[in-house]
Amino acid sequence: MEETRLGIVVSGSLTKGVEVRLDSATSVEDMAVGRYVTIEGEKRRFFGMITDVELDAIDPRLMTAPPDVSDPFIAEVLSGTSTFGRLHVLPQLTMGGDALSLLEGPQQVKTVPTHFSVVREASEQDVERVFGQVEEKQFYIGTPLDMETKVRLNPAELVKRSNGIFGKSGTGKTFLARLILIGILQEGAAVNLVFDMHSEYGWEGTSEEGRKVKALKQLFPSKVAVFALDEESARRRKVSTDFVVEIGYDEIEPEDIAMLRETLGLTEAAVQATYRLARRFGERNWLESFLAIEGREELNELAQSLGEHEATLAALHRRLETLRRLSFLVPHARDNAIQRILEYLDRGINVVLEFGRYTDIAAYILVANLLTRRIHERYRERMERAMGEDTAKPRPLVITIEEAHKFLSPDISGQTIFGTIAREMRKYNVTLLVIDQRPSGIDEEVMSQLGTKITCLLDNERDIESVLTGVSGKSGLKSVLAKLDNKQQALIFGHAVPMSVVVRTREYGSPQSYKELGIREAVELKKKAEEEAEGLWG
Amino acid sequence: MPTKIGEVIEASTTEFTAQCYELHRPPPFGSLVKTREGEVEIYGVVCSAETTSIEPGRRPIARGGEEAEEEDIYRSSPQLAKLLRTDFSALVVGHGEGLGGGENEKGEKINHYLPPRPARIHSFVYLCEPEEVEKFSRSFDFLSILVGTGGQADELIAATLRHTAAAHRDPRDFLVMAGKELALLLSGETNRLNTILRRIRG
Repeated sequence: MEETRLGIVVSGSLTKGVEVRLDSATSVEDMAVGRYVTIEGEKRRFFGMITDVELDAIDPRLMTAPPDVSDPFIAEVLSGTSTFGRLHVLPQLTMGGDALSLLEGPQQVKTVPTHFSVVREASEQDVERVFGQVEEKQFYIGTPLDMETKVRLNPAELVKRSNGIFGKSGTGKTFLARLILIGILQEGAAVNLVFDMHSEYGWEGTSEEGRKVKALKQLFPSKVAVFALDEESARRRKVSTDFVVEIGYDEIEPEDIAMLRETLGLTEAAVQATYRLARRFGERNWLESFLAIEGREELNELAQSLGEHEATLAALHRRLETLRRLSFLVPHARDNAIQRILEYLDRGINVVLEFGRYTDIAAYILVANLLTRRIHERYRERMERAMGEDTAKPRPLVITIEEAHKFLSPDISGQTIFGTIAREMRKYNVTLLVIDQRPSGIDEEVMSQLGTKITCLLDNERDIESVLTGVSGKSGLKSVLAKLDNKQQALIFGHAVPMSVVVRTREYGSPQSYKELGIREAVELKKKAEEEAEGLWG
Repeated sequence: MPTKIGEVIEASTTEFTAQCYELHRPPPFGSLVKTREGEVEIYGVVCSAETTSIEPGRRPIARGGEEAEEEDIYRSSPQLAKLLRTDFSALVVGHGEGLGGGENEKGEKINHYLPPRPARIHSFVYLCEPEEVEKFSRSFDFLSILVGTGGQADELIAATLRHTAAAHRDPRDFLVMAGKELALLLSGETNRLNTILRRIRG
């Protein structure tokens, strides 16, 4: 089958992409950014993505004095000759014609096709060749625009680096995140710890149309544990929680408060004061003792003895008072949440921490930071021990955070644990899955370390710019990104895919989709049951 | 059999002029004619025609004051037809290298560029039949010769295309293709292009 011929290459460069002049038979209106084309070069075939569609005319005077196009004859003559369409194509992969390169498969482009190479629409087979190397451990995330070929991600590759999911609110970030989490979970590539701000990953969430959508625990009950900060909310929603998290004041360290600087509106001096308080009252008691101070005079006395400004301390006291509203903060926790989480993770069970009614950002930052810091510490210890003693390494861990710009903004990403994790990558077997709607708020250094970025529609110039930091063919992808559909479309690029791809994300939320997702689980369970039965009966 | 219409009386590489055998009956402006030089058939498009007195110094005088009909003038002074002549000029747009015969036989190659030698004086000039016109205009290379002629080039191109289109099975399709060719040839001259297109649209 011959694919439709679109036009010929007329100019271009490797960095900026090539210009394609459309044949007169091809209408610009049939083109779409994000689609794939193949370019038949002299010696090799190129595979690229349409990143822009342009109208052009042979003579600029035609624009100022347009011809009489109401006459169909004149319109027909001029279209494709005097006036024509142009495509901007970003070549991404190439394949040589000889047998060796056929074996090697598609390679990254290092040159451009020659002048007047013929450009055709990519066929299903072409796309299949690029994305379709079906291996056991791959997870199907969606299909390229107007195609049936499945785009697959390799979860094991994916979790080797930190990844990001971006997009305006309401563009399907949560759905995508669920899919990715399921992928990681199904393949057992890593265990997940999800800080679930809006309680939508563990148990039921709702789609934008108000339809209920199942989440991880319902689909994979044996592999997911739901931890709740807000037991009441969980009970109301009939979530079967595995553990109720309480955090003692004695677990909060000055570093945890430092992370809240922006959210609580603390001054630098106030943050410094917390360290002094910790020295005065002791690491474990400072917050409780400080909050116990009631009167203004007592506070002033303390300020004097610490050498702090009275107003500073008063302000700090007032701001920290707000933490008292968070009822999961107790003087002494009954159980050690960190220990519990680690136990679950060690058993390969994914943990979703639901925040219930505590959807304010202060609570989220406090808890996520506090837990992650300690968990990361343990992981590091274990990893170092594993290296030293040659014992088993801890399971790879993926920590999912929402509103990531609050953790990874340029001012604080140097200090927060999340900044550290994003930068040091998988050294300690911990990586991040950041979900955010304002990627421009995230530190550039962190953004550039993200391995794979999956982004839904973004329309803010700065957000687009920041997501595409360090990507080749940036200007081309920009227009693709800004023109994504509102729903179910995402641009994936980076480490885990052979080339940038716009996908229509697979369905999620219908019974059929659960079935497709769950098939593997069911098969595995059956296999396991059979094995057990065999063991039992010998 | 193509109609014999005249005889070459003046020839250059790019153009030839012929005198019509019939007064006042030159081939239409823009039509395809041919003549020959030895083995080579030379094609031209009629680019002008004129009827004058046979003696350059003697201008005709008005004679019809007493007559009711124009034709009566010629009837009452039959010598007139002998004192006048009709000439036409054709721009050379191509040539065929045939092996023999006056007709353009199948398999003969038509080149859409100037012949090696001009037509001979007193060569006969024929008006091409529609089949030959169709065959000649399968390629639009002759347009580039016409585009560069100056003067009434645009009028000539339009007239030629109108004539040749009539010989094709789908005249509109032919004109669209020709228009596209012109759009490329006249890429920097939008006004000329528009002028021609307006003259050839159905």
